[in-house]
Amino acid sequence: MPEAVSSMAGAEFSGAVDIREDGLQGMVTLRGDLGDAKVAGAVKAAVGLAMPKARQIKKGKNGGVAWMSPDEVLLLCDHAGADALVAKLDKALVGVHHLAVNVSDARAMFTLTGTGVREVIAKGAPADLSPAGLPIGEIRRSRIGQIAAAFWLSEAETLHLVCFRSVGAHMFRWLENAAAADTLPGVL
Amino acid sequence: MSTRLADTGRLIDRTKPLEFRFNGKRFKGFAGDTLASALLANGQVLVGRSYKYHRPRGIIAAGPEEPNALVGLGREGRFEPNQRTTTTELFDGLYATSQNHWPSLEFDVGAVNRVMSRFFPAGFYYKTFMFPRFAWKHLFEPVVRQAAGLGKPPKHRDADRYEYFYYHSDIVVIGGGIAGLQAALQAGRAGVKVLLVEQTAHWGGRAPVDGAKIAGKPAADWVAGAVAELQAMDNVTLRNRTMGAGVYDHGYLTAYERLSDHAPEIPGPRHRLWRIRARRIITATGAIERPLAFAGNDVPGVMLAGAVRDYVTNFGVSPGDRTVIVTNNDDAYRTAIALKQAGLVVPAVIDARDSADGDLPARARKLGIRVDTGKAIARVSGNKKVEGVSICMQAGEGSALEEIKCDAVAMSGGWSPVVHLWSHCGGKLDWDRDHAMFRPDPNRPPTGADGAGFVIAAGTANGHLDTASVLADAHEAGRRAATETGGKPADDTAPQAAGEAAAPMLPVWQMPQGASKKLQMKAFLDYQNDVKVSDVRLAAQEGYESVEHTKRYTTLGMASDQGKLSNINGLAILADSLNADIPAVGTTTFRPPYQPISFGAIAGDARGDLFKPVRRTPIHDWLDANGAHWEPVADWRRPYTLQKPGESVKDAVRREILNTRQNVGLLDASTLGKIIVKGPDAGRFVDMLYTNMMSNLAIGKCRYGLMCSENGFLSDDGVVARLSEDTFLCHTTSGGSDRIHAWMEEWLQTEWWDWKVYTANVTEQWAQIGIVGPNARKVIEAMGVEGMDVSREAMPFMTFQDGSIAGITARAFRISFSGELSYEIAVPASQGRAFWDAALKAGAAHGIQPYGTEALHVMRAEKGFIMIGDETDGTVIPQDLGLHWAISKKKADFLGKRAQQRSFMRDENRKQLVGLATEDPAVVLPEAAHAIEGPKRDNGMENIIGHVTSTYYSPTLNRSIAMALIKGGSRRMGEVLSFPVGDGKVIRAKVVDPVFLDKDGERQNA
Amino acid sequence: MLILTCPNCGIAADETDLAPGGEAHITRHGPEASDDEFEGYLFHKRNPKGVHFERWRHAFGCGKWFHAARDTATLEVFGTYPAQTLEPPKALQALIRKKRPDWEGFQK
Repeated sequence: MPEAVSSMAGAEFSGAVDIREDGLQGMVTLRGDLGDAKVAGAVKAAVGLAMPKARQIKKGKNGGVAWMSPDEVLLLCDHAGADALVAKLDKALVGVHHLAVNVSDARAMFTLTGTGVREVIAKGAPADLSPAGLPIGEIRRSRIGQIAAAFWLSEAETLHLVCFRSVGAHMFRWLENAAAADTLPGVL
Repeated sequence: MSTRLADTGRLIDRTKPLEFRFNGKRFKGFAGDTLASALLANGQVLVGRSYKYHRPRGIIAAGPEEPNALVGLGREGRFEPNQRTTTTELFDGLYATSQNHWPSLEFDVGAVNRVMSRFFPAGFYYKTFMFPRFAWKHLFEPVVRQAAGLGKPPKHRDADRYEYFYYHSDIVVIGGGIAGLQAALQAGRAGVKVLLVEQTAHWGGRAPVDGAKIAGKPAADWVAGAVAELQAMDNVTLRNRTMGAGVYDHGYLTAYERLSDHAPEIPGPRHRLWRIRARRIITATGAIERPLAFAGNDVPGVMLAGAVRDYVTNFGVSPGDRTVIVTNNDDAYRTAIALKQAGLVVPAVIDARDSADGDLPARARKLGIRVDTGKAIARVSGNKKVEGVSICMQAGEGSALEEIKCDAVAMSGGWSPVVHLWSHCGGKLDWDRDHAMFRPDPNRPPTGADGAGFVIAAGTANGHLDTASVLADAHEAGRRAATETGGKPADDTAPQAAGEAAAPMLPVWQMPQGASKKLQMKAFLDYQNDVKVSDVRLAAQEGYESVEHTKRYTTLGMASDQGKLSNINGLAILADSLNADIPAVGTTTFRPPYQPISFGAIAGDARGDLFKPVRRTPIHDWLDANGAHWEPVADWRRPYTLQKPGESVKDAVRREILNTRQNVGLLDASTLGKIIVKGPDAGRFVDMLYTNMMSNLAIGKCRYGLMCSENGFLSDDGVVARLSEDTFLCHTTSGGSDRIHAWMEEWLQTEWWDWKVYTANVTEQWAQIGIVGPNARKVIEAMGVEGMDVSREAMPFMTFQDGSIAGITARAFRISFSGELSYEIAVPASQGRAFWDAALKAGAAHGIQPYGTEALHVMRAEKGFIMIGDETDGTVIPQDLGLHWAISKKKADFLGKRAQQRSFMRDENRKQLVGLATEDPAVVLPEAAHAIEGPKRDNGMENIIGHVTSTYYSPTLNRSIAMALIKGGSRRMGEVLSFPVGDGKVIRAKVVDPVFLDKDGERQNA
Repeated sequence: MLILTCPNCGIAADETDLAPGGEAHITRHGPEASDDEFEGYLFHKRNPKGVHFERWRHAFGCGKWFHAARDTATLEVFGTYPAQTLEPPKALQALIRKKRPDWEGFQK
């Protein structure tokens, strides 16, 4: 099969924190009644995880699931498995009003590691990036600088960020700039 | 003459000498100096010229309120004009130049304005430069531009780095004086999150200078203890060199941090703009001393009394050997005492009050200082520096009783609380008659989202002038803010402070009371804009009653200091002239920022390649490497054309069109919007969105559709494909995907929330590549097709199929925006580039060449296809464009239908789309050229009947083509219209069918 | 720079994360409407100084629309509530009446 490439093809940067574009990442948007047991069951069957609570993101061995809005979750999986995951969800939800769609290639995903990952994002996002404002395991949809993004911490010093693919290059440049050495205020 | 004293100077480090330059001259200072204190220490009393009269000016203040001593700092990429010497910390190698003079500070030609000053009264510019009109452009403006303005704009690109930082806190305390520290302590101990910001490098404010004693300790010791305690608290953050700049709605606060202005070698950002959300803001911003308005109060060497003791105590600098004090209050006696204790001469304290019986005057007298009550300064003698003062009765008109030789004057007209941040977001003020000052009215604070006041003024900023009540007030402010943000403050009291009993001050707005006009003309209110007592009186005389109007007429308070020294004095003079009460005249509006902040800080990181996000398709890099002449299309970049080496843009476009029409072209159409609409009610929903019927579209087929606003106007268009019984794929314009997706969601969420429909914007999931031209099918077949049949029979025009091409999962749409045989193929974005490369490779044998947006536009115009944004402008309905065939008559309702029934929309004289063929086929109409008809209108203007919407030279037809919206156009076929294009030239063009090429569609159906 | 709490995701959202949508509780008038009804629907929006009900979209956040009850003069926010309703919740109306005794009451 011809080569598939992510928005920034795994670019990396090291400054006040380390930044890398995660390469190809499978993502599936599922819209439906999140309170419906069948929808929850389909999610469980797809990624092995229970339906997340509001703003929660969970990761397991077979993928992850993030609460995006009251009728939408984002499922994380292998890039190559996203279409199969959509098919699996569609099959499980025959007769249940829903929309499952592969959005893997519509997104760019980055991981930031190091002390101060919260402060890098706080240079551009109006959200409260303090541990009290954004606990580990909570996904926040907001903007970073001028572009829309969703971000969350999986560990104290590991932050993940998703934005649209078309602005992946801009996001990377923005992160490089925001994470330049000697630029963090040191208060979060 | 000012000089460095042998000892004293609590803020300077005499073991760390520094060198700096002022107007090229080499000076020495110490670590801890400000530029102002270092200049004074070097005897440099004259530091600049005033803005209007170019009068010699010196340093007046020791803080941010300084109006005069502004300089240009730095060089080239680090040059910045109008920097306050009083807030500029000295560093080794600092480079400063004075402003507003030519050729030099000492000999200034512009000072002729000073001699002419009686010819430049208030409103001079308004009165003089009105007529004759031509003189403004050729005479007044060039001269005024040359002479006016503070400083010079920088010419180089800013070499420094700036950034934002978003921060959330329960409480932000602004001001690190004893009030701010006490409030922060109280709140911090209560456990809430506190940020304390201080604009200078030092904590404690004025208290250590003024010799206050707190909890039995010298103020400086108490301050050190308070800072240590705050630093130890996890929930408290302290930030010095950070100024509270502006307070906005719902607790939004900007703070301006200057990280390396004092030490350029520090890496990282120069300025950081904190964008803070605070639940409560405590303004502990202190007070600013007011000048007194006597003749010559701007001569270098006349300073604020508080500033004089700052220089002596903080920096070990004496502003003069002999300093006369002039005051209307007790506080200035501290300066007399400080000077005396430093071994300097205080010839007299001139006190406007009839008596001076407070503790401080008593101490001054005990030190042997002469105190003259009921007296005033009639005038200051000296030009570039103070040489002496004439003393008169305050009650009189200014007859001199005595001349006193001196080289400095320390003046105090009382103190004005810094209420700016309290007032920014609507906090109201009360006039305190006893202290002649505006202070925050606690009953009318700025209110937040919860309806409660969110700003609490504390200490001197709240109108408390003695140490004990400052601390008590701040203690209470901290307690209240903590309670209101969920903290649990201790039930204790503020630390005790000893102070002197002060006698009442006397409001003095003009000195002497009955100063003659001549004296008023030398008594400055606004030093920066050269506004004098006489100007404000003249404004009142000429009928200006509102303080806001007077401000603009006289320019009082309009300079970069925003009237920090002048506003109260100015409005008091206005009130006096109008015979009104000061509170009845009111203040001007306090607007953020409190002090000027750098443009760099405002711009943050949005500069250079981060100025604006650019969206890139998966093909972007290839296009960029292959001659793309980029143009912005919404937030995307698309290639206007792809130039070959040595080829002009025009030639490239022509080549691309001809090659596409004759062989095959390749187009990156990935920017097209793609939205999935799915659910049992999806058909019903798309029928509402589009003007035509969509619900009856067969699975596997495509249909072109139009979307209108509820106003009936065209808003977007595109091809809809039916993927399955309950799923549609809606294509939008490149700029429209986010807007149309939001539009769909708006209707689904807020109007038809009972309909079972979900949407998803999958625009970026797919790269969409157009393979266009007579050889298109051959290219695709050569790439290797699996799982679908792209033949003419199996995949007719306006159908699509899923399968794979070149080994890549693909959906091929047989749709055409060029009128050619055309396939648009959607592949996963991650493989878009691979697909593009495969198409180029397979297409080489068939003459494939990529083309850009201009070729796309020309080809669609040849076919008479409209472009949203060209043929539409937000006032055009589909019927205007002859698109009746795309408007369903069967549907009971769709968005825009009711609007299109309005009589104005059915008027047959509306502007309608026509094609235009110029009489001379070689002449291309300019874009937006207007068509005129008949005699001129009554107002002498041409009678315009429409305008050109698209215009090109068609290489296919070898002639110019155009489309236009013309009044009653559909009835004008064959008419010849006139388009004046300037310089008397008129282009004539015949109205024709807008479809110029292949009306029957044989090419696209091939 | 307002902060409004999105009732859909619970985030106290900064105004820069939101998109305004004008007056709430507008009745759509379609093809059967009279000229007057249609004119009112399209053009006659309330713009009171005081209590107002508005539509907002949590554009950079969860993407959902919601309604906010707000005093346009003081910027006090009385509450936010889901957009899928024909009038403000009773409890919210009662709260506003308590805080603004001279409020004329909710009008369609």
